[in-house]
Amino acid sequence: MAGNAFLRTFGKRWMKPLTLVALLAPFVFLAWQWTQMLTGINPRAMGTDPVTYTHHFLGDTAIRILLVTLAISPVRDITGWAPIVLIRRRVGLAAFFYSALHMLAYLWLDRNWDLALLWEDMVIRIYITLGMGALLLMVPLAITSTNGMIRRLGRKAWDRLHWLIYPLAILAVAHNLLMVKVIYGDPLTHAIILTLLLGWRVARWVLGKLKTPATA
Amino acid sequence: MELKFRRNPDYQDLRAEMTPHEVYIRRRELLAAAGFAGTATLVGGGLPAFAETPATQIAAGATMPATKSAYTVTDPTAAEQDFNEWCNFYEFGLDKDDPARNAGRMDVSNWKIKVEGETDAPGTYDLAQLIDYSKLEERVYRHRCVERWSMVVPWIGVSLWSVVSQLKPKPEAKYVQFLTHIDRTAMVGLAYGGLNWPYSEALHLNEAKNELAFLAVGSYGKALKQQNGAPVRSVVPWKYGYKGAKSISTIRFTTSQPPTAWNAANPREYGFYSNVNPERPHPRWSQRRERVLGVGGFNVQRDTEMFNGYEKQVGYLYKGIDLIKYH
Repeated sequence: MAGNAFLRTFGKRWMKPLTLVALLAPFVFLAWQWTQMLTGINPRAMGTDPVTYTHHFLGDTAIRILLVTLAISPVRDITGWAPIVLIRRRVGLAAFFYSALHMLAYLWLDRNWDLALLWEDMVIRIYITLGMGALLLMVPLAITSTNGMIRRLGRKAWDRLHWLIYPLAILAVAHNLLMVKVIYGDPLTHAIILTLLLGWRVARWVLGKLKTPATA
Repeated sequence: MELKFRRNPDYQDLRAEMTPHEVYIRRRELLAAAGFAGTATLVGGGLPAFAETPATQIAAGATMPATKSAYTVTDPTAAEQDFNEWCNFYEFGLDKDDPARNAGRMDVSNWKIKVEGETDAPGTYDLAQLIDYSKLEERVYRHRCVERWSMVVPWIGVSLWSVVSQLKPKPEAKYVQFLTHIDRTAMVGLAYGGLNWPYSEALHLNEAKNELAFLAVGSYGKALKQQNGAPVRSVVPWKYGYKGAKSISTIRFTTSQPPTAWNAANPREYGFYSNVNPERPHPRWSQRRERVLGVGGFNVQRDTEMFNGYEKQVGYLYKGIDLIKYH
């Protein structure tokens, strides 16, 4: 009973602000590293290649938060603790925030706003196309994330629209996998986690289909 | 292994007919004409002449004296720390700082190099027999990685051909292959897969003869550290960085194109030549620009040049060859 009371207080008072702090921590950390480098406190705060570091840091953060978003409903279903879904919107928005920063870092730091290079990248480079596709699909989800928009769209249409998270997550992880010379380490881990999270949903759906005729 | 390059027979023939180097042609004629001299040398034991004047190998990281050479570029040199902490040496891990952390455990003292294949001087040599440590030169070269970054590095060593020629490749030898040493305890990255070990790189002998091809034993006035391929590595500045084989333990002469690590792993992305070429994008990214590392400043970039800026010295090698197709 005491445990439940604690959980209830945590869910009511602490869960949402703590989640926000956790979601902003990577941004604050990166900002601090840039401050160290630019002010000369520690010129090597980000190692030999600050641009690649920043770009990958933002991309990895975005994809991890995206995977956390996808993990929320399985956690709810497995633990039975429904209030966890209250943080899903901010987690999803944070994934969008870091994806957008990742894109900005690419356009500005990596490509220096060179339009010819960008055009070539977008048309020919499949992994960049995939990444941009993922980010573009996130835009309508971010726009329709407010309470007002949910009401306006109606729950059904909103759910249908937000189903886009599945294809966009696949695009994002494919983008991550195709970027490396040898598939190993983090991108592979991300792909395995995504497979588990999507696989869990497919398994639940298949089991549901099997159950329905049996009970009927 | 052989099958991998037999898939592209036309590529193979084309390479074999690569614009012949004048000296190379003349050497074959000379050898054919003076067959007796060749036989005499063979009977004499097959040891290269320089093997009789061994010097001592210099320990990794120790001071290494060298005379400055005319081979230099005006761009600023990368900071030594960046050179030593930003390395691709997958045998020691996939991240750029992994080699610096892990490679120190590899013992590179009393280094031996096995010479085999189409050669009249096969055998195992001490590195100190092959390289005269009292006659080293410093060359400042651009180093362009296929990943779109570059560093300007002051290498120390000898011209590649000065060593390779004395290993007596037979007239029918067309390629020289370099295999990286395998150290099963120190090389924690061997388990990763993706590439075939030992790491293999190769050059057509005409390329190996080019004045720019270099065998490095040092950098920044010191003997190479393990993460950069101690005690000896090849440096081919007009090609992407991976064409340089690190910690070479075998030199093999072959008549046909040997399988090379990245080319075998993904021939569409990494050609046998792997010449730096801004016109030939990597299938997944453009090669038109590069980020200059180790020079400080905010996001320094430059346009990538054909043959990494060495077109004047190496352009003749590839005349008439479609370098987009045969990349």
